[in-house]
Amino acid sequence: MRQLAHMLDTRQATSREIVTRYLEQIAQQEPQLNAFITVDEEGALLQAEEADRRRAEGRALSPWDGIPIAVKDNISTAGLKTTCASRFLENYRPLFDATVVDNLRQAGLPIIGKTNLDEFAMGSSTEYSAYGVTRNPHDLSRVSGGSSGGSAAAVAAGEAPWALGTDTGGSIRQPASFCGVVGLKPTYGAVSRYGVVALAPSLDQVGPVATTVEDTAILFSLIAGPDRRDASSSEARPFQVPRWDEQFVTGLKIGVPEEFFGEGLDQEVEQAVRKCLAELESRGAVLVPISLATNEYAIDTYLTLVTAEASSCLARYDGVRYGTRVAAADSNTMFSKSRAAGFGSEVKRRIMLGTYVLSASHYEAYYEQAQKVRTLIKRDVLASFEEVDVVITPTTPTPAFRIGAKRNPLEMYLSDLFTAMANLSGIPAISVPCGKDSKGLPLGIQIMASHFQEELLFKVAYMVERGCL
Amino acid sequence: MTNFDTVIGLEIHVALLTESKFLCSCKTSFGAPPNSQCCPVCLGLPGTLPLINEKAVEYGAKAGLALGCEIHYFSRFDRKNYFYPDLPKAYQITQDAFPLCTNGFLEYYVDDQLFRTEITRIHLEEEAGKLIHSGQSIVDSEYSLVDYNRAGIPLIEIVTAPDIHHPKQARLFLEQLRLLMRYIGVSDTKMEEGSLRCDANISLKPKGSSVLGTKVEIKNLNSFRALERALEYEELRQSQVLSGGGVVRQESRTWDERAGKTMSMRSKGDAPDYRIFPEPDLPPLNLDPVWVELIAANVPELPLARLRRLERDYGLSRYDATFLVNYPEFCELFFQVAERGLGYEDVVNFLMGDYARLAREKGHLSAERISELLTLVDEGTISQGQAKEVLSSLFSSGLSPREIVQERGLEVVDDPGRLEPVIREVLAANPDLVRRLQDGETKLYSFFVGQVMRATQGKADPEVVHKLLRGELGK
Repeated sequence: MRQLAHMLDTRQATSREIVTRYLEQIAQQEPQLNAFITVDEEGALLQAEEADRRRAEGRALSPWDGIPIAVKDNISTAGLKTTCASRFLENYRPLFDATVVDNLRQAGLPIIGKTNLDEFAMGSSTEYSAYGVTRNPHDLSRVSGGSSGGSAAAVAAGEAPWALGTDTGGSIRQPASFCGVVGLKPTYGAVSRYGVVALAPSLDQVGPVATTVEDTAILFSLIAGPDRRDASSSEARPFQVPRWDEQFVTGLKIGVPEEFFGEGLDQEVEQAVRKCLAELESRGAVLVPISLATNEYAIDTYLTLVTAEASSCLARYDGVRYGTRVAAADSNTMFSKSRAAGFGSEVKRRIMLGTYVLSASHYEAYYEQAQKVRTLIKRDVLASFEEVDVVITPTTPTPAFRIGAKRNPLEMYLSDLFTAMANLSGIPAISVPCGKDSKGLPLGIQIMASHFQEELLFKVAYMVERGCL
Repeated sequence: MTNFDTVIGLEIHVALLTESKFLCSCKTSFGAPPNSQCCPVCLGLPGTLPLINEKAVEYGAKAGLALGCEIHYFSRFDRKNYFYPDLPKAYQITQDAFPLCTNGFLEYYVDDQLFRTEITRIHLEEEAGKLIHSGQSIVDSEYSLVDYNRAGIPLIEIVTAPDIHHPKQARLFLEQLRLLMRYIGVSDTKMEEGSLRCDANISLKPKGSSVLGTKVEIKNLNSFRALERALEYEELRQSQVLSGGGVVRQESRTWDERAGKTMSMRSKGDAPDYRIFPEPDLPPLNLDPVWVELIAANVPELPLARLRRLERDYGLSRYDATFLVNYPEFCELFFQVAERGLGYEDVVNFLMGDYARLAREKGHLSAERISELLTLVDEGTISQGQAKEVLSSLFSSGLSPREIVQERGLEVVDDPGRLEPVIREVLAANPDLVRRLQDGETKLYSFFVGQVMRATQGKADPEVVHKLLRGELGK
């Protein structure tokens, strides 16, 4: 990104030229990839021209003024369709920008388009989009991951230099891993959720996707910070892109939880992660075997909470004020017909599950129990950070799977096996590419740190990027 | 009826008088054009998030303090999920497991007897929008429109213990509660505008039994009268069911004002499962004890304390004191006028008389004007009758009472030297009547007093006239 910024700064290129180049790439790639739901060619060029004008007048909003970005289609953009990959919101144009979008505009980033996702971010493959699957740029027969599959694929295929995604249980990290790019799930509360269409408010976070660790850090610095419109946003100090120091790894204590290297882990994934850990060790890091035993319960806990919260958050799509409405003789029938017509099967499945776990007769056994387990998981995670600085695991058990390979929802849910823990405990986690398997599919390594330790996370990620690719 | 004890508990919703809504910054004024006071947040648009209005929490705590509640420094918000067209998010943000206030009470008089009702809890929640049906109700309407101006206005829900035993007691409790809310200034509590709403739970049990009967919830009580009438109806209905060997069904019933009866709405089995769970978009409330102390310090004198003070320090009757307590602006005037050394009872009588009617139409006079007027009567400058005349012109003219008296030449004439010639003239003009009076028809005295008053344009002091007449006729 520094190169693009330098070119703009030294007048070697205009924003209009850069945006045009990405639009050409989009035109070329989209027929195969389908990473975008909406490409805003006109809007992006208009914003690019404004950026060029600002720069010519010496009023650039930031070093990145004029560098375009793609935004996941569950993040509100004023006047630009925000469908959440749902039929229900096919024609929904928000009246306002999400705070993160506002942050991008404040930095002068033209929004080039809205990327594909699993409907309402419910999924791990972008197959559950009402607008078709997003294919993996490294192998078009495979999924790009999800739910931020569109963002990861767009960045991987050079359709956008960077993108925003959202991560509720792994939805940034898993597709980043599948597509060979970097993706960060920030600390809960580090980035505003205002204007981000909720899946599960206690778990959702917006985060950056980019091709390098540094670009990811730069994008994170643009969106991080408190927002008075989001009561869950934190007053943490502003994030600064760290200085890259290769010596820093000396003495760094890296926790390696054995539970993440057991049964079900693809051998090539394991080899790549182990190799990377060895590399870090050779540079002076100390590997500490640790246990995160509660991860065994992470998926069940995650699913219980996410479906419960989602069933409530998605209840507002009733056809009264916006979105799909199927007329009926009475309001209850209108609600159910509109929802039946507007929602896809995975969304319906999760709403049913969530309604069930919150119902009076099952609340205690499911929702309340899951909250208790969540507390235990959080404790387990925080205890590990008293011993080690960061925890490193594979991002996903396997590389990108084939489109249509996971017919069983339970199998799909297991894609989040290594990632959900960070959401449940609110800690930041990043996925960084760590090589490819024998089929040429990208592999990802996950680094986790304690709350608001993004700076540390990026420093370690930077070392991984140097040493393991 | 005599075989049963009635048990009543109330759930009262009070709209708080904050300038902006509970979870966004929209205005709350009543009567604005439909959907002119809403924003993405209170419309529940995708991605919007709630923010707590601190003023609403303050008012909620103030209500709790005025009702003697325990204020919880820690309280939490929950979601109550249900579908209805007036509920934008399809859930209501409320407080379920950890309410703001618990364990309070309210004291009030029923026929001179002091009653006390326990307040179980008070919690904060948001209001829904308003449906406007093309027909009578949502069921028989061709279409219904939604106005979201009301959606998101802060409410407190006040829940009483089931320790009210008569329909009238329930009404008087609610009236006292309304007065209290107005005293502390947290709500305008207008039942007709919906800023005070009440649902009632009522059950009957055999006299003396400690086991509660099956309760019925009554909704759609839009006035104090409706509350009392609905409870009376339901008391009778349930006692007839029970006396006939029947069983009262646990259900919600709606009050039909025109028919004067309650009608079944839904039974317990049909009650929705609200799937209540902690609100993930809002952190719990953690109140600063010092902040709560400051609110407590701002709770003004409450109605019952004022009643007792008026009785004790001013020697007023319960009736007079109650009038003043019920009408705080009158009470304020009373205190100001009474301070100027006028008779307390005279002041109350004045305020409760013609003044009350005129003030309600035209607004209040200043304490200064009132005390001047009362002083004029007190010192005998004008009569009670003249005072009435001065009073009505005070509401329209900018003159002071003394100036009006002067301008109109109003004064009491009690000088016998000026009155006697008039009396003689009147007697001379009615010789027949004078004879009849002298023959013992004494009621004619008032006729002659009236004639003298007339001849003096009402200025004559009637008592002096009466005395002089007696003297004249006794000759």
